Amino acid sequence: MDSVFSNVDRAPEDPILGVTVAYNNDPSPAKLNLGVGAYRTEEGKPLVLDVVRRAEQQLVNDPSRVKEYIPIAGLADFNKLSAKLILGADSPAIQESRVATIQCLSGTGSLRVGSEFLKKHYHQCVIFIPKPTWGNHPKVFNLAGLSVEYYRYYDPATRGLDFQGLLEDLGAAPSGAIVLLHACAHNPTGVDPTSEQWEQIRQLIRSKSLLPFFDSAYQGFASGSLDTDAHSVRTFVADGGECLIAQSYAKNMGLYGERVGALSIVCKSADVASKVESQVKLVVRPMYSSPPIHGASIVATILKSSDMYNDWTIELKGMADRIISMRQQLFEALQAKGTPGDWSHIIKQIGMFTFTGLNKEQVAFMTKEYHIYMTSDGRISMAGLSTKTVPHLVDAIHAAVTRVV
Amino acid sequence: MAEHIVMIIGKPVVLDCVREAERRIAGTSFMEYLPMGGSVKMVEETLKLAYGDNSQFIKDKRIAAVQSLSGTGACRLFADFQNRFCPASQIYIPVPTWSNHHNIWRDAQVPQKTYHYYHPETKGLDFKGLMDDVKNAPEGSFFLLHACAHNPTGVDPTEEQWREISQLFKAKKHFAFFDMAYQGFASGDPARDAKSIRIFLEDGHHIGISQSYAKNMGLYGQRVGCLSVLCEDEKQAVTVKSQLQQLARPMYSNPPLHGAQIVSTILGDPELKSLWLKEVKIMADRIIGMRTTLRDSLEKLGSPLSWEHIGMFCYSGLTPEQVDRLTSEYHIYMTRNGRISMAGVTTGNVGYLANAIHEVTKSS
Repeated sequence: MDSVFSNVDRAPEDPILGVTVAYNNDPSPAKLNLGVGAYRTEEGKPLVLDVVRRAEQQLVNDPSRVKEYIPIAGLADFNKLSAKLILGADSPAIQESRVATIQCLSGTGSLRVGSEFLKKHYHQCVIFIPKPTWGNHPKVFNLAGLSVEYYRYYDPATRGLDFQGLLEDLGAAPSGAIVLLHACAHNPTGVDPTSEQWEQIRQLIRSKSLLPFFDSAYQGFASGSLDTDAHSVRTFVADGGECLIAQSYAKNMGLYGERVGALSIVCKSADVASKVESQVKLVVRPMYSSPPIHGASIVATILKSSDMYNDWTIELKGMADRIISMRQQLFEALQAKGTPGDWSHIIKQIGMFTFTGLNKEQVAFMTKEYHIYMTSDGRISMAGLSTKTVPHLVDAIHAAVTRVV
Repeated sequence: MAEHIVMIIGKPVVLDCVREAERRIAGTSFMEYLPMGGSVKMVEETLKLAYGDNSQFIKDKRIAAVQSLSGTGACRLFADFQNRFCPASQIYIPVPTWSNHHNIWRDAQVPQKTYHYYHPETKGLDFKGLMDDVKNAPEGSFFLLHACAHNPTGVDPTEEQWREISQLFKAKKHFAFFDMAYQGFASGDPARDAKSIRIFLEDGHHIGISQSYAKNMGLYGQRVGCLSVLCEDEKQAVTVKSQLQQLARPMYSNPPLHGAQIVSTILGDPELKSLWLKEVKIMADRIIGMRTTLRDSLEKLGSPLSWEHIGMFCYSGLTPEQVDRLTSEYHIYMTRNGRISMAGVTTGNVGYLANAIHEVTKSS
């Protein structure tokens, strides 16, 4: 019998996840995976935080736990604690019950659910996203039915922020347009606005009634401080305006595969927040009914215990510090080798990724000759580097910039 | 409030095999991302349940399969896939059905039609109405079928009726999408509960299946299931799977790990799997026992209504007003369509329930 799907073409490999697929297939012992943004220790191993292991044990030893459905909006205490984490415990928005928070499947799920809600209930269906941005962003918004426009962000000449371009493009956006903002540690460039620049961005956005949608995937992971990394979000919320926030615990709690995150919608009033929440639930139910319980239970266990919370902040700072140290080491090694070019962006950029400035051909060369795996836009995950592997990477970069143009 | 939990007195159970699996998993997992298509091991074991342990389709790699967010997620992924690759198609949904089915295909922007299923007068299957609708649907239509334990009626076609349905589907070149949320839980025997699917497979259909571990492993909150589509050959299976992944990536990137680990741990270990099958049979037998007891109690009370058809669910035929009376006068909670989930009925409450139902219906 003929299949009704004979017309279906094979989809290309996901550019980011496909890097790991290719890496896994490489037999070379010198191979280095700088593709996916997953933290690695100095020894190149994945890391499960100690507090996470403790939370796991608590959960498995608790015989009173049942495995029934959790509510559509997820675990209530997880939601409250997540809102507090990003907005600050003393946030007036929380005290005034103006925040609707719904547990979602990590950052991706939070973005998708938020976008579908906006498509159904918001008067504008265009979203402005930075150029460049995480490869999955445009797909998430397109599938939700939003149309995607770009605003200038990265300046290849300075390897920094194209601030004028950003202001111009957002200034030209239609009133009420949605704007995607990376809360900190912009992916893939690692280039963030300064706090003065953030203030100007905030004023522009509010003056044009644009609707900010924050993607917060690295809180605590970028600078080592949860409060510092939430600063941009908090200044927006402090002005009393509305916004959406997608939070992920994939990196800062190492819960990648458990898909834990939260969508928060900060509204003008408690009444609006309550109605908004009821509508978001109607988006969730036909998608997956309710979110997975395990990861959220771990997060809630940690966040509600002041001991575990403190221990978490220490481990989090440890991860952030190691990454900052890798930046320093890579920069110094490139200097020492005399590799042509200005590599200071490596230490100026922040977060898990460095946008090296290497082009597609140079990247392909590094993969072929040096077994170094990264996305073709030249983005490397600093978390995948160690003191031992820095020399190999430096050799590869040096060869690429001197031999491949 | 979860729909299937009818009475607040009955509590869902954590299976021993699940507790043991969790004990083994805790402390060992690195919590890394699964691939977009989910846990390969979990999917492999799950396909064996639906298609058979020795299925030639599995051996020939003809099945495109991805881990999904329980049954809802599987249905939604399929609906999104149908929307993208068969944009002119619509889905035929039985009347009645789980209410969320309508929401799923609507949000996927696939137009819906209904087909006759439940016969209120007989409280049984409207087989003639069903076959007429199947016959009258345009050739090549997509149909949603409940593999077993139809939700909310509890009424299933007999094996012979399934064979007739399959033959008519063949003649009409229809596509059968099975929602199997109760495998093992309905009769106590997973192979038996998959009979409808096996009939369609024998008859050469290329079907789609949504599988869920919410009920039969009690993994409600873990959101673990599987979407599979039987294809012409391995090449097409790879193609279809790649496109399913393209739909999953902008929804949640990759599926959650923990539930998949529990399923793999249990199904991958012969002892644990055997324990699971025992526990499923105990759960199913208990519910079957309750069905018999409830029916006998109502008949003994002299109920004027027929209670022949009590399956996994009892589609009691109670009106919304009668349901409201059960709640306000008897503190019995159920969905207003009158559906009673037998899983919520216990030896402790069945007498009370029968009495209450009789009181509100005896003048019907």
